[in-house]
Amino acid sequence: MNSQLKAYLILCFFVLMPINAAYAKTKISWWHAMGAENGERVNKIARDFNNSQDQYEVEPSYKGNYTDTMTASIAAFRAKKQPHIVQVFEVGTATMMAAKGAVYPLEEVMAAANEPFDKSVYLPAVISYYQTPTGQLLSMPFNSSTPVLWYNKDAFKGAGIESPPTTWKEMHQTAKALRKSGMSCGFTFGWQSWTMIENYSAWHNQSIGTKENGFAGFDTELAFNTKPLKKRIKAIADSQKNREFVYGGREDSSLPMFTNAECGMWISSSANTAALDSQADFDYGRTFLPLDTDVADTAQNSIIGGATLWIMKGHKDDAYKGVAKFMTYLSRADVQAWWHQSTGYVPITLEAEQVSRAQGYYEKHPGADIAIKQLNLNKPTINSKGLRFGNMVQIRTVINEELELVWGGRKSASDALDNAVIRGNKLLRRFERANSR
Amino acid sequence: MLKRVHFGPSWLPYALVLPQVAITLVFFLWPAGQSIYQSFLIQDPFGLSTEFVFLENYEMLLDDELYYDTFGRTFFFSIFVASFSLGIALLLAAMADNIIKGSVTYRTMLIWPYAVAPAIAGALWVFMFDPTLGVITHFLDRFGWDWNHKLNGGEAMALVIMAATWKQISYNFLFFLAAMQSIPKSLIEAAAIDGASPSRRFWSIIFPLITPTTFFLLVVNLVYAFFETFGIIHVVTGGGPAKSTEILVYKAYNDGFIGLDLGSSAAQSTILMAMVVIITVIQFRFIERRVDYQ
Repeated sequence: MNSQLKAYLILCFFVLMPINAAYAKTKISWWHAMGAENGERVNKIARDFNNSQDQYEVEPSYKGNYTDTMTASIAAFRAKKQPHIVQVFEVGTATMMAAKGAVYPLEEVMAAANEPFDKSVYLPAVISYYQTPTGQLLSMPFNSSTPVLWYNKDAFKGAGIESPPTTWKEMHQTAKALRKSGMSCGFTFGWQSWTMIENYSAWHNQSIGTKENGFAGFDTELAFNTKPLKKRIKAIADSQKNREFVYGGREDSSLPMFTNAECGMWISSSANTAALDSQADFDYGRTFLPLDTDVADTAQNSIIGGATLWIMKGHKDDAYKGVAKFMTYLSRADVQAWWHQSTGYVPITLEAEQVSRAQGYYEKHPGADIAIKQLNLNKPTINSKGLRFGNMVQIRTVINEELELVWGGRKSASDALDNAVIRGNKLLRRFERANSR
Repeated sequence: MLKRVHFGPSWLPYALVLPQVAITLVFFLWPAGQSIYQSFLIQDPFGLSTEFVFLENYEMLLDDELYYDTFGRTFFFSIFVASFSLGIALLLAAMADNIIKGSVTYRTMLIWPYAVAPAIAGALWVFMFDPTLGVITHFLDRFGWDWNHKLNGGEAMALVIMAATWKQISYNFLFFLAAMQSIPKSLIEAAAIDGASPSRRFWSIIFPLITPTTFFLLVVNLVYAFFETFGIIHVVTGGGPAKSTEILVYKAYNDGFIGLDLGSSAAQSTILMAMVVIITVIQFRFIERRVDYQ
C-alpha cells in the first residue's frame, strides 16, 4: 500500500467517524441478578426493546446473585464506572434510598425525559413497598413475588386430606396426617425471615418495627419479639419432634425436600413455578398462607419480595431519556403479562393481570393468581405495606442464626427472638450512624 | 594472593528487583494501607458520607462477644484442619516412600485434589453430604444417623473440617515425600541392619529428620486454615447454621461484602493481617532456627 493511499484512508476514517458516531445508538447498561431461565427472559426483554426503536440499546449483563449484583454496582460507583440501571433486591432498598448522591429517583428521570408516568396503574402492594414516606417512587418494581403455601396434591390424596390447611392449627393437623400416611416430613419453609417473620407479621397486621416498620425514619427499632410470634415459633419448633416440621436450610435450599416428596407442604416464594414444573413429578397446588386464628380473625395482606430497578447518577442526559423510554416499555401490559406468565413473578401493573385473565391464563393454571390475590387482599396498612430497615441483609442473617438455634434445640423461641431484636437494633443504629452525615 | 574483584555500582540489580517491588507495592502494601485507613472510618457503602472514628470499629469488635466466639471457632477449626491434614499426609507419604510398583500412579492420584479449586471441592462435599440427596447421608441413614449439617452445627463443622483437610493433604504429601526422599538411604539401611523395625525406623530416624519440613508445613497449614478455606466454607455452609462454621475470614467477608459494613470489615482484616505477621515472625524467629538436626 503506498503512502498516499494510506493517508487517504486515514483521512476517510477521521472524516467518517463522527458521522458514524452520530448514527450509533446510545448504550444503556443494565446489571441484573437473574440467572438461568429468568436471565434468558431478561435478555429477551432487552432485545425486544432494542428492536422496538433505533435510538437506544439496552445491554443487560448478569452479575451474579442479588448480593453480588448490589456489591458490584456499589464498587463500580466508587470507581465511577456504574451502570445506568441496576437491579437491587427489596432488602437493599433502605441502603439505596439513603445513597442520595448515587441514585437518580425514577420519577425525576421520567419527568426530565417528559415521559408520561402514572403511578396509579401499578399494583398498590408492590409500589407501597418501595415508596418514600412522601409517596415518591424511587425505583421501578421489576420482579416481585410473595410467599404462598405450596402443597403436594398426590400426597394429600394418599393421606386422605380433602383440602389444604387454612389456619396454623390445620397446618399442624395436616402435617400429622401426612406423617401418618408415611411421609418423612409434614412441612418446611424457605427464606424463613421473609416468610415466617416479615410476612407472618404483615399477614396478621402486626408491626415488626417502630416508625411504620422503618418507613418513617432511620431511628426505627425492631419489635418482632411479640408473644404471638414467639408462640408460633415455639409451636413449630415443638412439632419437630414428630417431624411435622423439618428445617431445610436458608434461602430456598429446602426446595428439594418438597420436590422429592419428603415434605408434603412448603411455604416459599410464589415464583417457583418453573422450578417445580421441572423438578416435581407430582401434582402440586398452591394456596393462601395459613392464618393464626389466635392472632387475627382474618388475614390482612402478604408482602412482596423481589427486586426493583434503580437508576444511577453520573451519566449523560441523553442516556436517561433512553432509560425513561425503557421503563415505559417495561411497564407495558403485554410485556408484563408475558413476564408474569413465564416466570411466576406477579405483574407490576393491574392491566397486565387483566390481560393475563383475558388470555385465560388463570383458568389453564389454577392457583397462578394466588400471589396477586394475597397481595391485593386488603389495602396495605402501615404494618403490611412492607418494611424499610437499613442493614437488612445482616438483620436477616441474624434472624436466620437465631432461628437456627431454635430449630437446633439450643435456644428457646422467646430468647432467640429477643436476642434477634437486640442484635438487629445494634445493626440499625450502625446504619443510622453511617448514613447520618 | 587473593584477588578481590570489585564491581562498580550498577543499575541492573535494582532493575531486576523492580518488578517484584512494584507488585508488592501495588498488590500488597497499597491495599493493606487502604484497609488500615478504612478501618478508622464509618462509611456508607457508596462512600458518600464518611466519618473518621479512629479506633471505634475496633472497640466495637472487642465489645462483641460473638467476635470472641468467632476467634475460638477459628482456632478450633484451624488446629483440627492442620493436625488432620498433616497427620494423614504424613501417613500417606510414609507409605508412598516405600512403594516400588506403581508409585507414580499412586502419587499422582494423591496430588490430584490439590488441583481442584476450593469452590469445586466444596461443591463435591455438598453433594455427598446433602441431607436430602447426598450419597453419604443416605448411607449414614441406614445406621440410623440422621445427618443434617444445615441444622446441626457440630456436623457442619465436621464437614468443613473434612473438606478443608482433604484439599490440603496433597500439598502436605508432596512436601513430606520430598523430605523423606532426601534422607540418605544409608541411614535407614544402617538402622535396618541393626534390626530396627519399620515403625522404629520411622519414629527414630525419618520423623526427626523431616522436622524442619513438618514445622514449615504446620505454619503453612495454619495460614491455609485461616484464610484459604474461605471458598470451601462459602460453598459448603456459608458460615451457618447459626454461625457455627463462621471463621474470622468469613466474617470479614460477610460483614464487608454482604453486610456492606466496610469499616468493621476493614478492622477485622487488619486484625487478621496482624495475626499473619505474628505467625510469620514466629516461624522465622524461633522455629526455623531451633528445628535443625542437620
